Order: sequence, then structure tokens, then C-alpha cells
Amino acid sequence: MHEMSIVLSMLDLAEHSAREEGASRIDAIHLEIGALAGVVPEALEFAFQGARDGTMAEGARLEVDYLPAMARCAACESDFELDNRYGVALCPTCGTPSANLWQGRELQLAHLEVT
Amino acid sequence: MSTNPGTRDVALHAHGGVDGSDVRTVQVQKSLMTHNDGVAAENRTRFGDRLVLNIVSSPGSGKTALMERTVADLAETLRVGVVVGDLETDNDAVRIHGAGAPSVQIVTGAVCHLEAEMVARAVDGLDVDQLDVVVIENVGNLVCPAAWDLGEDLRVTMLSTTEGEDKPLKYPRIFKDADAVIINKIDIADAVGFDRDAALDAVRKVAPSATVFETSARTGEGMDAWTAWLRERQAEKRSTIAGAPAGAGVAAAR
Repeated sequence: MHEMSIVLSMLDLAEHSAREEGASRIDAIHLEIGALAGVVPEALEFAFQGARDGTMAEGARLEVDYLPAMARCAACESDFELDNRYGVALCPTCGTPSANLWQGRELQLAHLEVT
Repeated sequence: MSTNPGTRDVALHAHGGVDGSDVRTVQVQKSLMTHNDGVAAENRTRFGDRLVLNIVSSPGSGKTALMERTVADLAETLRVGVVVGDLETDNDAVRIHGAGAPSVQIVTGAVCHLEAEMVARAVDGLDVDQLDVVVIENVGNLVCPAAWDLGEDLRVTMLSTTEGEDKPLKYPRIFKDADAVIINKIDIADAVGFDRDAALDAVRKVAPSATVFETSARTGEGMDAWTAWLRERQAEKRSTIAGAPAGAGVAAAR
């Protein structure tokens, strides 16, 4: 249940960013989560419901944009989406395994809606 | 849901909120790991030219047994210190200490992974100046530790022959980020019907650039290749940092 640690970091970052903007309340938190970030959506929401009380995000919505895992083949330079089920990075064009993952690990606070 | 690219200090499209107040959008575009990554960078600076490993595996794959053997095998050439993470008990640190290496236990309580701050506190208990290699043995878990940079140079992911060949496919993230993959308990591979080719194929599909070692911490099989690799990586880091301009040590980090 590492989602709780992630949510606590998220709330720290969100409150800090909202205060810098002179906001008094956070209405929504928008995240970008990669397919290989290792985060379970339900666990994230569950942790958020438990951790938001007493913060500026007490009544806030959590909106998550999931990003597919993408790699670039070193051999033929084509970009391809990984098989999300297994994270296998075999180029569909030439069959070469790729270590060059350029999207899919994101755990990003994209933007906030504040008042 | 759309995301608005742009700088974080530009407030966009103010509009009326449900209670009539003005809702503004604040661009942040920062990693949720920002704080952890900052502490990890401090750890890296503090470790200096020491080689630092972050070892992850499921519980019971033999991390501690492998470390006991590694510490003993390297004893004549390198001074190794170990930071061990577990939910409860200091049993593993006691075992490592028994093998002849300084060790510090991190008891995480309910936390299923190590974070950079826990390592920073634990390292206070190690005399880092007297070490060549620092090994961080993470909490036994193939999911949760993946996102936390601890300040290591190399991430080593272990599986054992009793766990099944498809572990890398089931837990792709933690294998994908591995610099080395160790397949342990190779001495009992035949007895448990371990399909070596299937396991190597699974590792290659998920982590094609990882160096693979097949070891038995019990019999010592495969330990020479593993310890030789560690010695090479340690020498490489030391020479990289010695050759770098003053104050540029951090640039050698991963």
C-alpha cells in the first residue's frame, strides 16, 4: 500500500503550490500516472479519501490521467506502446527488445483547481 | 480530462465555482517524488565515490543470504556496509553483522518500501568514510519499492528459482529499472522444475539491457561473476569521480 506515501507527498506538493498562488482551497487535483508507475487507481483514491481531511484539499476531487507506456526501438527508431499487461518492450516492427522507455513511469502532479 | 501545458505560475481560465467563487487553474507539472528525489540526491552526494546498490526482491528470495555471502567473498578486497529494511525485527542486520560487515536495520513498521529519508537517517549509523560499497537491502516486495530513488548507483532486482519464471512479466516495472537481475537458488533449479530459458527470456523481454547473474548463495555457484561485476562497478565509479572536476561528483549518479 505504497499509495498512501504517494498521496502524502502529493498533498504536500499540492498545498505548497496552492499557497504560492494565494489560494485558500484546493477544489481538484489532476495527476498524470504512467501505466508502469505501479499505482493501483482504487488504492490511490482510497488513500486520498483517508488523508485529505484537515488539508486544503479536504473537499477536493482527484482526477487521474493514465498515460500508456511508450518505448523507442534502438534498432529501427520506431515508437511503440508497450503491452501494458506485461510491460514487454518488443518492437512490433522489427522484434528488437527495447530498454528505451520514454513514457510510463510518470507520477506527476499536473495541475490544480483552486479557489 | 485535458492537461494544460505551460508554466506553473500562469493562472488560466478563471471561472465561477459551484458556490459562486472563482476557481483558478494552477499549473504545477512536478513529480510527486520531488521531495524524495531531492533527499536521494543529497544521499548521493554524501555517498561520494562509494558504490551504492539498491537490492529489491520478493520476500524469501534470498537477499540476506546473498548479502552474507557477498560480504564474506569481498572481505579481502572491499569494505561493504549494509542497510537493511524490514517491516519488523532486526534479524537480517544481525545476520549481516555476523557475516562480518557493519549493518544498520531500518524497521519500517507498516511501510512496504524504503524511502530516501529513511536511508539518510540509517546511514548516520554507518561509518561511510570507512566503506567502499554500501548495499541497501530493500523491504521484500516487488511492487512498492520501484518508485523510490534512494540515492543508489545501481538497482539490482532478484528472483529465485522457487518463484516461477514469469516474475519479470508479472512485475515489469521493478525489472525494467534493474541494472542487474540475479536469479538465486540456482542449485535447486532442477529439483523445483525451474525453466531457465523461459526465465532468461522473460528478463530479456522486460529488461534487455540488465546484466543477468545466476547464483546460489548457499553453494556459492555463480558468486564469482557477481562479485567480479561489483568490483568492476566500484572501480569504475571511483575512477569516474576521481577524474571529475571538484564538486562534480553528483554528476556521476544514475
